[in-house]
Amino acid sequence: MPETRALYQSEPLLWEKEQADHSGTDWHTPSDFKNRTGQTERGIIGLPQVTEPEVIRHFVRLSSWNYSIDNGIFPLGSCTMKHNPRLNEKMARLEGFAHLHPLQPQESVQGALGLMYDLQNWLAELTGLSGVCLTPAAGAHGELAGIMTIRRAHDLNGQSQRKIILVPDSAHGTNPATAVLCGYQTRTIATKDTGIICLKAFEEALTQTTEDGSDIAGMMVTNPNTCGLFETNIMPIVDLLHKAGGYFYCDGANFNALVGKIRPADFGVDVMHLNLHKTFSTPHGGGGPGSGPICVTEHLAPYLPRPLVVKDKETYRLEEEDERDSSLGRLKAFQGQFGMHVRTLAYMLSHGQDGLKQVSEDAVLSANYILSQLKDDYHVPFEGFCMHECLLTDQKQKDKGVSTMDIAKTIVEYGMHPMTVYFPLVVQGAMLIEPTETESKENIDRFIRVMKDIATDTQSGDTAQFHTFPLSAPRRRLDEVKAAREPNLRWRA
Amino acid sequence: MRYLPLTHKSRSDMLDAIGVSCVDDLFQDIPQEAFVDGLCDLPPHKNELEVERLISAYAEQNNPASAQPFFLGAGTYFHHIPATVDHIIQRSEFLTAYTPYQPEIAQGTLQALYEYQTMIAQLTGQDVANASLYDGSTACTEAALMAMRVTKRAEIIIATPLHPHYRSVLETYLGNIEGADCCEGSPSDKTAAVIIQSPDFYGTPHTYDDLRAECDAVGALLIVVINEIVSLGLLPAPTCADIVCGEAQSIGIPMSYGGPHLGFFACKTKYLRQMPGRLCGETVDEEGKRSFVLTLSTREQHIRREKATSNICTNQGLCALAFTIHMALLGEDGFKNLAKINHERACALAEAIEEIEGVKILNDTFFNEFVIQLPLKSLTKIQKNKNITAGYPLEESLLITATEMTTDKDIQALCDVLKFERF
Repeated sequence: MPETRALYQSEPLLWEKEQADHSGTDWHTPSDFKNRTGQTERGIIGLPQVTEPEVIRHFVRLSSWNYSIDNGIFPLGSCTMKHNPRLNEKMARLEGFAHLHPLQPQESVQGALGLMYDLQNWLAELTGLSGVCLTPAAGAHGELAGIMTIRRAHDLNGQSQRKIILVPDSAHGTNPATAVLCGYQTRTIATKDTGIICLKAFEEALTQTTEDGSDIAGMMVTNPNTCGLFETNIMPIVDLLHKAGGYFYCDGANFNALVGKIRPADFGVDVMHLNLHKTFSTPHGGGGPGSGPICVTEHLAPYLPRPLVVKDKETYRLEEEDERDSSLGRLKAFQGQFGMHVRTLAYMLSHGQDGLKQVSEDAVLSANYILSQLKDDYHVPFEGFCMHECLLTDQKQKDKGVSTMDIAKTIVEYGMHPMTVYFPLVVQGAMLIEPTETESKENIDRFIRVMKDIATDTQSGDTAQFHTFPLSAPRRRLDEVKAAREPNLRWRA
Repeated sequence: MRYLPLTHKSRSDMLDAIGVSCVDDLFQDIPQEAFVDGLCDLPPHKNELEVERLISAYAEQNNPASAQPFFLGAGTYFHHIPATVDHIIQRSEFLTAYTPYQPEIAQGTLQALYEYQTMIAQLTGQDVANASLYDGSTACTEAALMAMRVTKRAEIIIATPLHPHYRSVLETYLGNIEGADCCEGSPSDKTAAVIIQSPDFYGTPHTYDDLRAECDAVGALLIVVINEIVSLGLLPAPTCADIVCGEAQSIGIPMSYGGPHLGFFACKTKYLRQMPGRLCGETVDEEGKRSFVLTLSTREQHIRREKATSNICTNQGLCALAFTIHMALLGEDGFKNLAKINHERACALAEAIEEIEGVKILNDTFFNEFVIQLPLKSLTKIQKNKNITAGYPLEESLLITATEMTTDKDIQALCDVLKFERF
């Protein structure tokens, strides 16, 4: 059977294709070339050489092996895979944005600076946190910026004895990794019995090594958390944390449940990053670029990374290198993922105050609808309504030999992208489902149907098929152990 | 509300199915004081044309590189991008896909990443490359942190002029690590790594053999940082380095006022398990077909949490794809010719400037940028000229850059200003 069938086209690596004797661009060696580099010319690099038509076919064939949000529902929990409007792409590509150099004289980029300034104000209004820094390149980079801001505030206020960051066990892995990169130790708060942080567990963690919590720098909590639940004890918890002198860092990965409706500053947040590629719909691009601005209280604003965009009368400018001594310093070569800032402002202008509120309401409604339809078929570890994502497990299927992995691969076979699997770590066989607000009821019902069919077939004992899926995808299940044991990370002749 | 597909009927049916009367019942766990009273203090939703007009109005207030003779580089470069690149990266299947965590339905992204990693390894003369990092400055910092993990030492030596913003970023990160420091000087038994930028911030290319020997004598790692990746089409590969990293924006990615750009990172195989960032590897599926998958994730934060090699989660996926498409179009000959054209343009600029009395080129050697010394009065005046972006101002000198975008007419325009300024 040939590899290529109907619309599925196999495609080798670029190096394995017929190598052309001329480049896919018409750059020629300059006549009477002189070498003033002081070095000998580069020898053979080994790059592939393919003509333009073949380059286009190569990448179009590769693209046809990808599932994307434009193909259908992509209910990855905590990832917020929503529709990416093409207007935003068009706007970011305007010459007046795309061909701006980050070090251009500031009078020649007043529009860009004005856009960043206005975006700062939108984010401040939505979070209730007035200090905004757009620099961070992604969520994890925003976490770093946020925890460094906290550390800078403590250090400059004679509080450098604070060395501990409290992190619940349901947190994204980036949270503890970030705290350590900032020179802190982490202390874990257990939540596996309840799904949320109990006041008692928090108090124990706060005072484990000192009576008054004076060694606590802060706490990193995702709210709504990664079980899809709002931390209902957050007000008394934050009250105790603040009394002990610690700051509340809120991981904003799940801001899509709150945007336009609930202001994080009003449940005690001191610092928060926002994933522009989640809540504000900049495309995920197969794994980036992201963008992770941070918002902080007025009290913490002096410590933010530089440069911020400031307005002097009618002129915008970036802060000077030596302007704000209290700043923690620079975190990225230039002023952030500007192309993502353009897309975000276009997205927010399109939705407006009313549309953004509808976003969070529809996102929460859709997740609860899925929960209501599947709660009899799958084990629900934590009772009650969820926020914008719902958490199920494979407990009811496991003893019939069907695991979360089998369920995910079966969803693939049925032509959809599965939910987030085996995260959060606080429950066994987690399935975290986030439909987002950009799925119609028809799409959601189709997903529910597939999930119900899997549950029904499992209970009737018809389970052998599940271990074989996917059968119709471009690949069957992969040998991931081989990939890790015998790393092959590049092509060689 | 054109991006929201739920109809009034759907909403009401869904509420009925859940068994609540209104959507606010679903938010009952949230403290009342956290709710926005009514709507946020922001404008209401707008149609596509209205938004397009508003955003375009910001763009129109800027003076882009494409509208003027442009000689500014200093870590970000104005290059031509073939139309094919932007067409392909805007395909839904690449643009709107997630990180390839379900590899059976993400082989397109994965194979392209594997090709990207191969290209970076080939260009840098290294064994392996990761699937990209945020930008050159963070890649440089991650290299320093990796060297500190490998050597269990905390001092970083800066051997050649490093981009000042890269240095600032490095200092910010190191400031949070007890005992860590970066400075100039000679490596010692306390040194984790020596960083050479080449061409350095002032445009001078460097060789590595002497510093390689110095590093070996004290057990330090050698890190080569590259701002202008096009230079690797003309200059020898830094094969003897332990880590080669930097910025690859020049290939396929617009300057976009500083981001998104593309940090690259390559190293020797022996340091593989200390690398930061995602890695894509080859394997097989159940039928034995060649396949690609993200691998060695036991280094990463989602598995290792506080013991991870880095807190990084994403890469610059779509930018890495743009790079891969552009490099595929260029091929071996096209890439080398592009490098030669950049150098030839810089030589033409240098020769024209060397003719001007009172203006001096400070570099003995260069790739596509160099520093010119000129009277302070001329420097001030040229910076005020709104019809030309002359370069990156230093103290009584100017760092100027030429690329394939630089025409003879542009060079003439710059020289006219420089000549005129003398009188």
